[in-house]
Amino acid sequence: MTVTQIGAPLARKEDQRLITGRSRYTDNMVLPGMLHLAMVRSPFAHAKIEAIDASEAKSAPGVIAVLTGNDVADSQGSLPNAWPITPDQQAPAHPAIAVDRVSFTGEIVACVVARSAAAARDASELIDVDYDDLEPVLDIEQAAADDVLAHPDLGTNRSATWVFDSAEAGTGGAIDQSLADSDVVVERAYHQQRLIPAFMEPRSTVVDPTGEQLTIWTSTQVPHILKLMLCMTLGLPESKVRVVAPDVGGGFGGKLQVTPEEVICILAARQTGKPCKFTETRSESLLAAHHGRAQVQKLRIGASRDGTVTGLDVRLLADMGAYLGLVTSGVPILGAFMFNGIYKFDAYRFECTNVFTNRAWTDAYRGAGRPEATYAIERIMDDLADELGMDPIDLRRKNWIAHEEFPYSTVSSLEYDTGNYEAATDKALELFGYDELRAEQQRRRSNNDQVQLGIGVSTFTEMCGLAPSRVLGSLDYGAGGWEHAQVRVLPTGNVEVVTGVSPHGQGHETTFSQIVADRLGVSFDNVEILHGDTQVSQKGLDTYGSRSLTVGGMAIVAAADKVIEKAKTVAAHMLEADRDDIEFDSGNFGVQGTDKSVTLAEISLSVFAAHDLPDGFEPSLDSDATFDPENFSFPHGTHLAAMEVDTVTGESRLRKYVCVDDVGNVINPLLVDGQVHGGLAQGIAQALFEEAVYDETGNLVTGSFVDYLVPSAADLPSFTTGRTETPSTTNALGVKGVGEAGTIASTPAIVNGVLDAIRQFGVSDIDMPCSPYRVWSTLNEARTAGAQTGVAQ
Amino acid sequence: MAQGTQARTSITVTVDGTEYTDDVEPRLLLVQYLRDVLGKTGTLIGCDTTNCGACTVHVDGRSVKSCTMFAVQADGAEVTTIEGLSRDGELHPMQEAFHECHALQCGYCTPGMIMQSIDLLSEHPDPDEHTVRNGLEGNLCRCTGYQNIVKAVQTAAKNSGGVV
Repeated sequence: MTVTQIGAPLARKEDQRLITGRSRYTDNMVLPGMLHLAMVRSPFAHAKIEAIDASEAKSAPGVIAVLTGNDVADSQGSLPNAWPITPDQQAPAHPAIAVDRVSFTGEIVACVVARSAAAARDASELIDVDYDDLEPVLDIEQAAADDVLAHPDLGTNRSATWVFDSAEAGTGGAIDQSLADSDVVVERAYHQQRLIPAFMEPRSTVVDPTGEQLTIWTSTQVPHILKLMLCMTLGLPESKVRVVAPDVGGGFGGKLQVTPEEVICILAARQTGKPCKFTETRSESLLAAHHGRAQVQKLRIGASRDGTVTGLDVRLLADMGAYLGLVTSGVPILGAFMFNGIYKFDAYRFECTNVFTNRAWTDAYRGAGRPEATYAIERIMDDLADELGMDPIDLRRKNWIAHEEFPYSTVSSLEYDTGNYEAATDKALELFGYDELRAEQQRRRSNNDQVQLGIGVSTFTEMCGLAPSRVLGSLDYGAGGWEHAQVRVLPTGNVEVVTGVSPHGQGHETTFSQIVADRLGVSFDNVEILHGDTQVSQKGLDTYGSRSLTVGGMAIVAAADKVIEKAKTVAAHMLEADRDDIEFDSGNFGVQGTDKSVTLAEISLSVFAAHDLPDGFEPSLDSDATFDPENFSFPHGTHLAAMEVDTVTGESRLRKYVCVDDVGNVINPLLVDGQVHGGLAQGIAQALFEEAVYDETGNLVTGSFVDYLVPSAADLPSFTTGRTETPSTTNALGVKGVGEAGTIASTPAIVNGVLDAIRQFGVSDIDMPCSPYRVWSTLNEARTAGAQTGVAQ
Repeated sequence: MAQGTQARTSITVTVDGTEYTDDVEPRLLLVQYLRDVLGKTGTLIGCDTTNCGACTVHVDGRSVKSCTMFAVQADGAEVTTIEGLSRDGELHPMQEAFHECHALQCGYCTPGMIMQSIDLLSEHPDPDEHTVRNGLEGNLCRCTGYQNIVKAVQTAAKNSGGVV
């Protein structure tokens, strides 16, 4: 019996080429006769295009062609939105190159195609665009009021309004009654600032039209979805298009898109008959690659005097930006089911209105709707605790779903399969040194220390493992959530696995190799994972929503199990035994009660030769499986942050961060920790550093890494990551997914920590990011408004 | 064709042990020279404001952001890129440490991070966590949250006895 690979902290197969500079990011591609694209982008947030004079550019050195919106108006189609959340959803046409008007700063108005990137860029500066600028709408609430329209032809900024009501759904009571009957109602407004995913690899696309197929290499996390969408948008035959995602340098949802640049690259390649490449600059990326978050949240929570929560009412305004991207409209809806979090509410109502503004469009970004929901509920639980004079942990304990109550049907109609909030919390409190830190906090308060200590709590769960196809259908999403795999055994015994998920840093090759090695009893090194090329992996729904292990891994297991079943039939024949007597263990097929056995490799060679196979047996062990999950998966955890806040300068420092997460069974703990660390960094960055800021004319002020503050190693501490393992019961691997969990949990932990340090001064709310200036001015306002006798006595 | 139409000038640069002589535009960045002229695509471009460090190489033994240097400034210099690190097929201790410690995910920041980490150790052979974090302030990573990178640098320091 070989030692299982499951749970082993194996170093990654992916690393060798990445640490030696043999990586294959899209910008590396060089093809004979390749041309380069440069984009001309609107400097206005909202304007009519009166005229474009490209004559000087067209005759500049090295320039082959210039494409304007008029040139491609009939061929470019409209970039797709795959999620009409209501039947009456309003959306403007979404051209890749703007034709007669621009709706956000950075929108493409022309494209130069030239013999070198430098020549294209030089010529792009010679294009003269005559704009007639219009008033932009740049504020979410103003947009909802419909005074200034982002798209005048649309007649409204309101794209759609989506409602969930537990009374209507039959999952709970009526919210107004519930709140009216409550002893206490806390009402709050929170702001989810606009963020930029800022993956480290700028987007790049190369299109080769010269072969029998149209081949597209692109920095995407969704090669299969992209292929289908491009074919539908441009009227290309699916069997003549190949999309390849080579090495992809990060995505985080930011590369879950059908981009104008990809469409334009195809149009340019078809027009010139030559391979065409476009690689964006970082400035272009921050400006025009889709943004994330951006919501105004209004919540009311009801509770009885003893702290038992009753009802939760949520009203959101979500900023779509100027257009609906691939899943823009659905991102807030994904969060709709998570505002109730881990708590037992009697009544729940959620209403979201999606609105347009004249800014870059928003779309999926790590967590996609769930960080927004978790932020709101974890903030308001702390606010409720403050109102009731309760410890924030005690309040949560009182209201969370107890371990023995699983499976649990929530007020928002989800069924949580398993969870153990008690175990995660107890472990986190111990690792954190909660009691000692509370004592220190008290000491600093009594001493009026300049630097005060705050403790931030976040107990979260999230829904991932996207997704049961029927549920997606009920939400009007355009595709399903299944995943596909093929497992092949080669004549010499090597195993190849084709997966439809699309890794961009997650280490799937390693994780899946562990799973297959374990399942088939072959060595870890013997398994090859193939992905990311629609010619190699013909079927799949790619990587996002923490689905690759939960859904993709299960498809692989199902396919591997089919291989074993086929092999058993051949083994019985080879060993002249009854099929029922065949036992499979660690790669060996043996006959019960004897020492006769044959290996998978021997079976595979025999099948290849096909000289002596059972009657009717198809000469192949290779097997497909398509897995559609029955439910989402629900990782959960308890996160604790110790924040030091300097009450004079407003500077806050994350002194200690402890999280205990439950992601079900762990395949590779090294990779799980890595995902948590990375997720924490992004969630903490939302709380303390990042915001996409536009000025009053609609220009992106945070247009480079000088101003958009992606944290460096110097800005973050080390984290203490603990784990509990409560296997999921909705998939045979017992896994839950981990890619987004850290990001979802951490943001409210940090902000709750900052508030916990400064509530004593009369502060009840603070916006993100909690920059020194924001903390300082919040403190100042509270002190001035308070007119209290003394401070922190 | 990598370049535009500025009048060119001749440079001679030794990169990863091989001497190259090329005619380059004065405005050509060192990173563009490495990637587009020499085909050394191991060195990467992540930003346009010298913040991210993905382009970090060694020039005459010190770490330099190759996006913030012109190729003509490297005339006569010795440049080492990520592709020149391993000796006789053996990984550099820093590369080995990154692998052991899971200090990379998508890999895009990795070449620059490794090159800068080596430079850091040359100045601080036995750095504490604080020194490592400050020393890597100019190299952004979006995937790892830096924790395993810090671990890798300290592991490499231990494994190589401070001599990298």
